Amino acid sequence: MPSCDGTPSGAAPPLLAARGLSRSFGRRRVLHDIHLTLEPGEALAVAGPNGAGKSTLLRLLAGLMRPSAGEVQVMGRPVRGEEGKARRVIGLLSHQSLLYDDLTLLENLTFAARLYGIARPREAAMAALEQAGLAARAEELPRRLSRGLLQRAAIARTRLHSPRLLLLDEPFTALDAASAERLRSELRDSLEAGLGVVLVTHHLAEVWGVATRIAVLVEGRWVWEEPRPGELDEFVSRYRGLVGA
Amino acid sequence: MPETFRLALAVAGKDIRAELRSRTALLSAIVFAALVLVVFNFARDPTALAVVDLAPSVLWVTFALAAMLALNRAFTIERENAAIDGLLLAPLPRGALFAGKLLANLAFVCTVEAITLPLFVLFFNVDLSGSWPGIVGVTLLATIGFVAVGTIFSAMAVRTRFAELMLPVLLLPFMVPPLIGAVQVTSRLLAGRPLSEMLGWLRLLALYDVVFVTLCAMAFSAVVDE
Repeated sequence: MPSCDGTPSGAAPPLLAARGLSRSFGRRRVLHDIHLTLEPGEALAVAGPNGAGKSTLLRLLAGLMRPSAGEVQVMGRPVRGEEGKARRVIGLLSHQSLLYDDLTLLENLTFAARLYGIARPREAAMAALEQAGLAARAEELPRRLSRGLLQRAAIARTRLHSPRLLLLDEPFTALDAASAERLRSELRDSLEAGLGVVLVTHHLAEVWGVATRIAVLVEGRWVWEEPRPGELDEFVSRYRGLVGA
Repeated sequence: MPETFRLALAVAGKDIRAELRSRTALLSAIVFAALVLVVFNFARDPTALAVVDLAPSVLWVTFALAAMLALNRAFTIERENAAIDGLLLAPLPRGALFAGKLLANLAFVCTVEAITLPLFVLFFNVDLSGSWPGIVGVTLLATIGFVAVGTIFSAMAVRTRFAELMLPVLLLPFMVPPLIGAVQVTSRLLAGRPLSEMLGWLRLLALYDVVFVTLCAMAFSAVVDE
């Protein structure tokens, strides 16, 4: 079980730290006392069955949801305080694209760039679309794109402001093999550059090549966390035991 | 402050651009306003009530109902694809978000009103030749207040399952004071009464604007942040 007992004096705070994080919806408690830390260059894959609380955890880490107990800090700052100063370094990819259906991809990303105060927002947006292989579709509306292309656009939006912490919910959903491999490669490059990544998934094979640590969440409880084992097959049988599959 | 203003303009620009592309709310509100005027026009008995007595109420009922349609779209656009999460995650002061939404909503509602006003003149055959600057002024004064309240209630209602029903239920009681004031001022303007007879109502409208724009700006963060 990982712990986050504070930062040694003088040391830089962790990129991400959650302490005693719990969340309830009415009487139903969906997350129980989660502790986690993430340092630059680390990628934590959080696996678990449907309904384990993975997406809720990601929303709490992003500061989009108020925890029932506990706190989240990003680079030593509370994620929900100071008018979003801590949130500036977060890039969130959620189940939904966060894109406006009535704005083109270029307009969507230009608007996002403006929100983050990026100089030359239109050029930055175009560069992000080019990197995602979507330059030719810059003037298309999101609702006219296939699910896979929409996912690529959402990823481009997530990374537009060069976040230091990526929170990715099922990032490989709907991506074809080439796009998925390209994303894996980009994530590995990002880790080398010192970014931190939290990947939420129930398809461990997809994130296996990227994750440096694996955690398992079952019914809102952090039941296991260790550095990534050597072989996926070796871990899968253990995972099945943990989730009771 | 310039940064907040820049961000507010970005939010307002985004809403206006999206609406100009879809034209859903704007067209619906304009068509609805025209239909309300048609219904009132045919429902009234010209021998029982003078136009000048009925017209101000009809005008403001039309404005209020059409504004409701326009205001409904303020946050439904943010619900699509969970776009609101993108706004809340960005380093966007909530005051800037409120100001941006307020500016966009004012643009929509004022556009609807600007198109409705000539239709009202046409249907009710009222003479605005001497009073139109006053009508425009009182329209702006009343609109700012109820659009500010509508903006925050729109953010509140969009989280509920029946957002389109919730907004009128929440907003209408708060629209009563500016509507009463606006109807009183409009009646006097159409009757050619002196400004001194309207000053009390104009002060009420201005006070409503100051109080509710301030309160809504302060409360907005608590409404949009979970």
